[in-house]
Amino acid sequence: MSGPGNGHGVAVRVAGCGKTFADGTRALEPLTLDVARGETLVLLGPSGCGKTTLLRIIAGLETPDVGGRVLFNDADVTRVPIERRNVGMVFQSYALFPNMNVAENIGYGLKIRGVSESEREARIAELVALTGIEGLEHRRVDQLSGGQRQRVALARAVAVRPSVLLLDEPLTALDAALRERLRGELNRLLRMLGITAIYVTHDQAEAMALGDRIVVMRKGAIAQVGTPRDIYFVPANRFVAEFVGAANIVEAVSDAGALLLPGGRLPVAGPRNGATNGNVCAMIRPESIRIVPTDGATLHGQVDSVSFVGDRQRASVSGAAAKPITVDVPNSLVVKAGERVGLAIDPASIRLLPGDAS
Amino acid sequence: MTKKTFIVLCLAPLAVLVVAFFVLPMARLVVTGASGETGLYAYAALLLDPRYRATLVNTVLLAAATTAATLVIATISGLFLQRHKFPGHALLVAMLTFPLAFPGVVVGFMMILLAGRQGLIGDLTLRLFGAREVFAYSIQGLFLGYLYFSIPRVILTVMAAVEKLDPSLEEAARALGAGPWRVVRDVILPALAPAFLASGAIAFATAMGAFGTAFTLATDIDVLPMLIYTEFTLSANIAMAAALSVGLGLVTWAILALARSYGGTTVAAAG
Amino acid sequence: MRDRMLFGAQLAFTLAVAAFLIVPAVLSMLAGVTVNYFRGIASGLTLQWVLEVWQLYADTIFRSFLIAIAALAVTLVVGVPAAYTLHLRNDRLSRTVEEIITLPLAIPGLAIALALLLTYGGFSDFRRSWLFILAGHAVFTLPFMVRAVMAVFAATDVKTLDESASSLGASPWRRFCDVIVPNARPGILAGALMVVTLSLGEFNLTWMLHTPLTKTLPVGLADSYASMRLEVASAYTLVFFVMIVPLLVAMQIFAGYRGSPTGLRR
Repeated sequence: MSGPGNGHGVAVRVAGCGKTFADGTRALEPLTLDVARGETLVLLGPSGCGKTTLLRIIAGLETPDVGGRVLFNDADVTRVPIERRNVGMVFQSYALFPNMNVAENIGYGLKIRGVSESEREARIAELVALTGIEGLEHRRVDQLSGGQRQRVALARAVAVRPSVLLLDEPLTALDAALRERLRGELNRLLRMLGITAIYVTHDQAEAMALGDRIVVMRKGAIAQVGTPRDIYFVPANRFVAEFVGAANIVEAVSDAGALLLPGGRLPVAGPRNGATNGNVCAMIRPESIRIVPTDGATLHGQVDSVSFVGDRQRASVSGAAAKPITVDVPNSLVVKAGERVGLAIDPASIRLLPGDAS
Repeated sequence: MTKKTFIVLCLAPLAVLVVAFFVLPMARLVVTGASGETGLYAYAALLLDPRYRATLVNTVLLAAATTAATLVIATISGLFLQRHKFPGHALLVAMLTFPLAFPGVVVGFMMILLAGRQGLIGDLTLRLFGAREVFAYSIQGLFLGYLYFSIPRVILTVMAAVEKLDPSLEEAARALGAGPWRVVRDVILPALAPAFLASGAIAFATAMGAFGTAFTLATDIDVLPMLIYTEFTLSANIAMAAALSVGLGLVTWAILALARSYGGTTVAAAG
Repeated sequence: MRDRMLFGAQLAFTLAVAAFLIVPAVLSMLAGVTVNYFRGIASGLTLQWVLEVWQLYADTIFRSFLIAIAALAVTLVVGVPAAYTLHLRNDRLSRTVEEIITLPLAIPGLAIALALLLTYGGFSDFRRSWLFILAGHAVFTLPFMVRAVMAVFAATDVKTLDESASSLGASPWRRFCDVIVPNARPGILAGALMVVTLSLGEFNLTWMLHTPLTKTLPVGLADSYASMRLEVASAYTLVFFVMIVPLLVAMQIFAGYRGSPTGLRR
């Protein structure tokens, strides 16, 4: 896991940190979180959920409310200002210094630390090669494209061998195609550096691609922590289920290991998840539902509409559950609006959600 | 009436006013400057005649010193005021920008009250040191007077520029380990450079052309506007006065044009 | 701890600068209503000096207001239509015209006054009337009105409004009255405030152009500083403050901290 930028980094612990701003806004409820050394942790959530506030508390740009602590490898850094925390921070707007060229930007942190000029130049060259921006060293910041700026911001943050790398929506400012390409590069880079990284985004595809673990946040609190697969297949509640990937939330009556729906009966396997007989909430992903011939199917419905998404079709089927459900249909299958269809769902892919959904 | 006609009509009153009361008179001024006994030489006199040159040097030095001091003072205070809010903040800002519309004469009077023969500072030094310190009528008094009318305007411009600074640049510098002084030096001051250029140019041009303050303080210090005045009214040396005026006008216009080409159209002209 | 010391030092510095600016002004206001400046407030407060100022200089006060209002009228009639045209045309000619009308700000008032004297000194009736001073004031306050109005035009996309009014059949003059001017109101107000304030406080230009019968307030002030006792000069300055400060406050409220051009003669 070591590489040209090796630093492995520190283990980060956030203990009981909440944040209330001067105007009374409660941005963060007291929460506790552990980040393992070398791990890439993604903070995912809609805007206003507190993920950026949490990142800034870890960075040292905000102080947590009384009682909150931030620890780097068991050392309490809550009182240490950002200048001395040795973090590497990549801002959403990149915050490159317009009065310095690319090389000077990258070397700035080293200059502050008193690194000699020859050593600085060597390190800058290393980082330029690492981030793939050879030839741009003497360009001014306003002559760079969005993708180039992002790479310079990253190089600058990593140059000082920080204890932890903090990234605040680094890809949000780019257009979709570029974003996807850079996502892959960023992933490769983070793996290679092996440094502890905390990454903030509202894009769940990004989160799942980059994160070793994901922290889904909502209204200043943690909704779920887990690996991308955990979060996707076993969401803890309705919010997480709907935020990550498309989800059909089905309300039904549970009876002896099956769900009673208007369109038929659906056997359920997997964890009961504390749901008892009676009214339950279940999550089913569109890709887990197959359209099958009506004869022999346990669940029936009628197709309302079909749209072509590119790599597949998306159909809206009503009558099977109380509300219309979304079904992924492969392009090889021809389905028309108005058709009556049968639905087959693997019992193990149905996830019962806890009663207090939201 | 067509649109075109209307548009032309809209410009007519302006054309009349500006041509009659500015363009023609200025042309007349330029011609008069060369109409004296020394002819066109009068225009070079500003640089060649030792007396005039001394006045020019005095004026430039005074204006430069005023600009430098004002920029420093306005930056320290402007940064402070824009970054910290506290009870009484609005009052403090009002106090600092209150003299914005004072004509030079009033500023001169302020200096007399402060450091004149019955001035406040004189009273204080009399009580503390037994000697009355009077400097309103010397170069120090003039300098203070120039500061008095420059500070309010430059502070406003600096504060407006500070407001537009991108906070994430400073945070990035801090994240890289820069202490407060380094952040000021490497991030804030470079970002404020255009504002410094613009307001510095205005302050310099205003100080070069300032007349009322020097007039009230009736100083012995030769500044160009006072020289022009005395040439015209006391020496009746109209051609010389005209030539000097044109020279002064060219210099102030050039400074402002230069600042505008670097700072964009945000540079407002001086008085 | 270091932060607090830094804060304290900066605060002290700023307070010192503010004191430098305010203390003489306050002194002068006090002196204007004190019986005897040398004995200070102990000698009692009085309005006698203000009354004396009124007796001696009432005409200057009126004349300053007259010229300021007249300058406002002139800049409105000349400046608003011109701003409209310059905004619509937006070509090289407009740029040049804008440059020319802004020139008076770059040239010291003394020079302009001299130019006017040389050109019109011979027309003694004009030269001796307050209209001569008005001419100077109009030329130098005009760019402020024009710029303020043009700024509003640019911000509210007046071109499109004009086009839609014309598509509805309105003639250029109708459009100007019904659409252009009402939408320019904030700019006109801002410009008006500036024009009046600048005209009231103008000295450099006015001093050269005035005659004993056409004195304005700042000219009177210069006289009083030279020849009157301190209390009278202070009372006169107090009157000036009372006139000008409300205007300044209005301007600040209007323009915020945008550092609007306030080219003021010194």
